[in-house]
Amino acid sequence: MNKNVLLLATLGLTVMAAHAQKSEAIQSIEAYRAMLADGNPAELFEAKGEDLWKQKRGPKNVSLEQCDLGQGPGVIKAVFVTLPRYFPDTQKVQDLESRLLSCMETLQGFNAAEIAQTPFGKGEQNNLTALATWVAGESRDMKFNLPQGHAKEQVAYEVGKRLFFQRGGPHDFACASCHGLDNLRIRLQDLPNLIKNPGDGIGFAAWPAYRVSNGQMWGMQQRLNDCYRQQRFPYPGFASEVTVALGVYLGVNSQGSKSVAPAIKR
Amino acid sequence: MADPMRIRAKVEGGKTTVRVLMSHEMESGQRKDAAGKFIPAMHISEVSASHNGQVVLTADWGSGVAKNPFLQFNVKGGKVGDKVSVTWKDNKGDTRTDEAVVA
Repeated sequence: MNKNVLLLATLGLTVMAAHAQKSEAIQSIEAYRAMLADGNPAELFEAKGEDLWKQKRGPKNVSLEQCDLGQGPGVIKAVFVTLPRYFPDTQKVQDLESRLLSCMETLQGFNAAEIAQTPFGKGEQNNLTALATWVAGESRDMKFNLPQGHAKEQVAYEVGKRLFFQRGGPHDFACASCHGLDNLRIRLQDLPNLIKNPGDGIGFAAWPAYRVSNGQMWGMQQRLNDCYRQQRFPYPGFASEVTVALGVYLGVNSQGSKSVAPAIKR
Repeated sequence: MADPMRIRAKVEGGKTTVRVLMSHEMESGQRKDAAGKFIPAMHISEVSASHNGQVVLTADWGSGVAKNPFLQFNVKGGKVGDKVSVTWKDNKGDTRTDEAVVA
């Protein structure tokens, strides 16, 4: 009898020690991330984006200052946490990046289709990312509050949800395979559960972000593109209905959570 | 012309902590492009910092330093309103100087 109790107690201790070790590992990763966040190079992209916003550019040689991101022309503060939303002028639900692209076309005369086909990190795509980084940064620490009043916004949410669970490709993967359960991870990367609200600054609330490992600034469009790459799906089009609908699904799920964008990632 | 740096300087407990973010490609010279040719090295090779015009730090950097590098250092003393300036030069001869006021 005594022996059994002792054995149980020892077992309990081992389990506890293993648990403590795991959280210690996660703690030290968090400490590493906090150190990185102190000098987040995303700041450099914010400065570049602010500059680009005011600069007269494009075939029409005008600035983006009259661009309407949902709260009226030129309003930047707090717009990011209300996107994606429906825009009457384009009659589409648009996220930050696709909306900026529309403004670059209508105001500045750029060719939106051409920019959408430009690979990430090249030419005007770089400028678009910097602009998105700056606009997102102007909503730092604000809570997501996406409108869902318009029928097209509701449809986008439902489409996004179905896309999130759609399995396919050579690995028979869906977004939900990695982001549909609690406490999943790939090696040491925690994978947020995006079916529900993942909390402040996680998932949708953490992009655009600077990736330290490759020194690149990524917007949500590129993040979603990379998810599809990892699933071995064909790449979705930049600013396409697919990526915007997924944005609506993730954004509405994050309703009430704080945005930390532009964040820093490993 | 290179993009501006972000410099923050704060005095606390008798020392000034300076944090600098530099915008630079920091190409190591070890990478190859799509055609298999080496991408020529392009990185910051000299950094110097001065406090009210007096040089307080110099550093020789090489290809091992990350893209968009972050540098943090402490200066003894210092007070609010002092000027901190940082200069970098790269191996291609490009240079950039930015200044910040101690807060």
